[in-house]
Amino acid sequence: MGNINHKESFVSKYIFTYDHKMISKQFLITAIVMGILGVSMSILFRLQLGWPGESFAILETFLGKWAPGGVLDRNAYLALVTIHGTIMVFFVLTAGLSGTFSNLLIPLQIGARDMASGFLNMLSYWFFVISCVVMVFSLFVEGGAASGGWTIYPPLSALPQAMPGSGMGMTLWLLSMTLFVVSSLLGSLNYIVTIINLRTKGLSMTRLPLTIWAFFVTAILGVLSFPVLVSAIVLLLMDRMMGTAFYLSDIFIGGEALDATGGSPILYQHLFWFLGHPEVYIVLLPALGISSEVIATNSRKPIFGYKAMVGSIIAIGFLSFIVWAHHMFVTGMNPFLGSVFVFTTLLIAIPSAVKAFNYITTLWRGNIRLTPAMLFSIGLVSTFVTGGLTGIILADSALDVTVHDTYFVVGHFHIVMGLSAIFGMFAGVYHWFSKMFGRMMNTKMGYVHFWFTIVCGYGVFFPMHFVGLAGAPRRYYDSTSFDFLDSVADLQPIISTFAIVGALAQLVFLFNFFYSIFRGQPATQNPWKSNTLEWTTPVEHIHGNWPGALPEVHRWAYDYSNPAHDEDFVLQTTPLKDGEVGH
Amino acid sequence: MKLLILLVIVVGIIAVAQLAKIYQLSARLRGHREEEISEADTRLQGSLWIVFMFVLFGTTIWQFVRYGDYLPPSASLHGEAVDTLMGYNLALVIFVFFVVNALIFGFSYKYRYNKNRKAHFFPHDTRLEVIWTVIPSIVLAVIIIYGLQTWSEMTGQASDDSLRVELYSKQFDWTARYAGDNDEFGSTNFNLITPLNPLGIVTQEGIDQALLKIEDKIAKLNGELSVEKGHLLAEKVELERSLHPSDDHGHSDHDDAHHEMSEGYKNNLETRLSAIDDLLDSGTSKVMTDAAYEAKEDKIYRLKRHRQRILELKNYEVGEALDAWEIGKDDRIVKSEFHLPIGREIEFVFRSRDVLHSAFMPHFRAQMNTVPGLPTRFKIETTITTDSMRTILDNPDFNYILLCNKVCGSAHFNMQMTIVVETQEKYDAWLSEQKVYMAEKN
Ligand code: HEM
Ligand SMILES: [Cu+2]
Ligand SMILES: [Cu+2]
Repeated sequence: MGNINHKESFVSKYIFTYDHKMISKQFLITAIVMGILGVSMSILFRLQLGWPGESFAILETFLGKWAPGGVLDRNAYLALVTIHGTIMVFFVLTAGLSGTFSNLLIPLQIGARDMASGFLNMLSYWFFVISCVVMVFSLFVEGGAASGGWTIYPPLSALPQAMPGSGMGMTLWLLSMTLFVVSSLLGSLNYIVTIINLRTKGLSMTRLPLTIWAFFVTAILGVLSFPVLVSAIVLLLMDRMMGTAFYLSDIFIGGEALDATGGSPILYQHLFWFLGHPEVYIVLLPALGISSEVIATNSRKPIFGYKAMVGSIIAIGFLSFIVWAHHMFVTGMNPFLGSVFVFTTLLIAIPSAVKAFNYITTLWRGNIRLTPAMLFSIGLVSTFVTGGLTGIILADSALDVTVHDTYFVVGHFHIVMGLSAIFGMFAGVYHWFSKMFGRMMNTKMGYVHFWFTIVCGYGVFFPMHFVGLAGAPRRYYDSTSFDFLDSVADLQPIISTFAIVGALAQLVFLFNFFYSIFRGQPATQNPWKSNTLEWTTPVEHIHGNWPGALPEVHRWAYDYSNPAHDEDFVLQTTPLKDGEVGH
Repeated sequence: MKLLILLVIVVGIIAVAQLAKIYQLSARLRGHREEEISEADTRLQGSLWIVFMFVLFGTTIWQFVRYGDYLPPSASLHGEAVDTLMGYNLALVIFVFFVVNALIFGFSYKYRYNKNRKAHFFPHDTRLEVIWTVIPSIVLAVIIIYGLQTWSEMTGQASDDSLRVELYSKQFDWTARYAGDNDEFGSTNFNLITPLNPLGIVTQEGIDQALLKIEDKIAKLNGELSVEKGHLLAEKVELERSLHPSDDHGHSDHDDAHHEMSEGYKNNLETRLSAIDDLLDSGTSKVMTDAAYEAKEDKIYRLKRHRQRILELKNYEVGEALDAWEIGKDDRIVKSEFHLPIGREIEFVFRSRDVLHSAFMPHFRAQMNTVPGLPTRFKIETTITTDSMRTILDNPDFNYILLCNKVCGSAHFNMQMTIVVETQEKYDAWLSEQKVYMAEKN
């Protein structure tokens, strides 16, 4: 590679680029576009949920025949919920989060000139783009997009005659996700190889910033779990197209008894959740990594319990592979097997608790700079704790029976994914914006954005727990025909209003983001007075990242307010003083 | 309402415009760098955490007051245990929620930036870390043990004298089945499902009826295929060619063959030909696209496979198996509302016809998926009659309800059944009035 700044065409610089910094920006902007789409969808169906049956001109404007007379069609409702979930979980929080920050930070924080393979990195991005395009395209085909929920359980998803969304839309969904997995695997393998091989001199694994540890374990989870999703998808495709019966048995539908016998719909769920649960940590770990870095930097304190933090990341990663069936307590699974999964699931709460307490201790007696990135990171810790706590209730199979598939679950996972993970993403954007674009984002607008987001976020997802406890099922187009849900009916419009305001507040972010790319204040080299290597690179992007030799590392990433030094931060490249004990 | 939404949007747009202005203003402030957080900002942002804390805690408490009695008391025995467990868990979770969030928000305020202070260098402390590994572990161990106790009680084997009720799901309604006088459910087979036999109960009559139905369908489809215009025309050409070979080809060896055609055979061909002409002339013939034709052929093929599967069943029709099949004859089938006796253990058996559904009975704290091809079970013991619950809630219209809780298609949200819990006598009386499967035949 080398650091020669040779001339480049527009195409090789901005489109089929091999440069990790540019690829990171590509991922981010694509994810933002997908995010806008996903959030808009949620507003459309929240209108129906908040004010069932009322007519909204805006729905007809946007959806046409899907919302005749301004009332959302029930099939369109299911399609929107499904694609919203898919986009947010996979396209925004998996590709968007890992793709952006692993790409940006891995080479910069480990002192490498680029990823191990720039070519694979480029491929990874373009597979992602194609998969986005296919997914968006699927909205417009005959019968509409996939509509069985983001988990697409067969037989519903296997039988085109079961619902309109199980036709062409479902085939495209499966195709899109397969492409997505290819992208994810290419990316993850690259991250793993790069972290193992390309660390600069002096940067042992135990000196890595926690961001890198998080990206590392995330990539391993991805490599081990996504292929299982592909198997699940391939079997489903075969059931759909080739008359196999992996997931089908004893089915009578559309006036016809199907040939299929001997398959099991539950098999699909085992395969899906074998990916699905690690997936939630694929989403969350990078966010936790980012917030570790942001919290340490802005508290001007070392992250508390570095080793315990690394240990928890690894423990969470490992445990996340043996808890999947907690999504299946009421599938008729053997109750004893259920007990085993109750046990492993609750084990995960231990490393999670350790992480939460370590964050809090990092704040304790810190000197906290309340930057927008820091606000989002603090918000992440709060929502992570809140969401983890409701997870404890769900993990208790006896209790899950009463709340499984209700709004309680929707509240739970949105607080950990829709808030925590998204907060981590925002924190990362505010914190490393200057590394990406050489300019600063506007702080004041960041504040406005944050407070609207956290207030609306809690406003949307907290009340859902009560709706769920009262017994309101999720994925209901309309629950007004159930008298027993009247007690929580007044929460629905409140939730929808918070959702609308919260979504509008994101416009502040979008404005700030795009405006700052062009007009933001030019950045200085190390604006947050941070220790890690990315802040030793020049503000201007260059190929190979460092103009001269690669930096050499002499200490860990967290020497903030070290009493042995006058400044409250010490770059990792600073040699140990005489007599100083290194980490 | 629409007005409100519009208002919100307008306000939003104005807000954005204002923000653009602020951006430009604050960006122009001389000498101000974005990364430098002013003292005023630090104070404001720190204080906002405290304000936020009070808002969050306040609204949380308010929600508990207003929505804390989220469901009426449990109408099932295990449900009482579940409620107690939920109570303890919620209490614990809420306690931790308050304490931990208070620490997070409090520290964010208390330790906000002060340029004259240096943060406390505190990279780790083994003792503390052990403490907060061990304490959660102990708490979780208690939760696990307590939770699993309740779990194993509620999922244990149903007792022999429990009442078995089958709940059968399909897009988009439920059917309940009760055993007849012989106290046993007849076995079922999805191949036997017909409008008259919605659960596919296996009986000799059920089999015959299903076969008849299939034969009808095949005959009907064959009928449709036999009047397809294109095929008729093609056949006509073929027939004419056989009858008058010399019209187009003059090869003598062929001619010989045709001369040998027997009178009877020739008659047959001519009859067929005139039948075709009649069909074509009378307008009975229909034009069908190739695709439609093939689809029908395909359908016939599938129907024949279906028939084959039923015939295979019929092969077992020897000796005692036949008697066993007749068990289902007096099963009772109920739609839209089903009844349960009070104080009895009920074992539900769930089956599904087409896709996954989930039988969710929130008032009984019960839920179980229904899976095609895989019967599932859940047992409850009823404790409160519908009437008593109406008194307790002071709501004469109250009803227990069964809903579908696994997305199953467009009308998923409206797949319900009313549950009535009543005294044994009333229940017996009700049951005796219910439709007996095959009753209309006997
Ligand atoms: C202490 C930690 C956690 C525990 C014990 C826990 C437990 C559970 C359980 C038992 C369920 C299944 C509930 C049901 O379907 O009835 C569930 C659902 C879910 N959780 Fe968690 N969880 C935890 C943390 C997280 C985190 C960190 C995330 C994501 C970042 C997450 C994302 C999800 C999602 C997406 C679902 C629902 C999937 C669906 O059905 O659509 N959870 N959780
Ligand atoms: Cu999970
Ligand atoms: Cu259903």
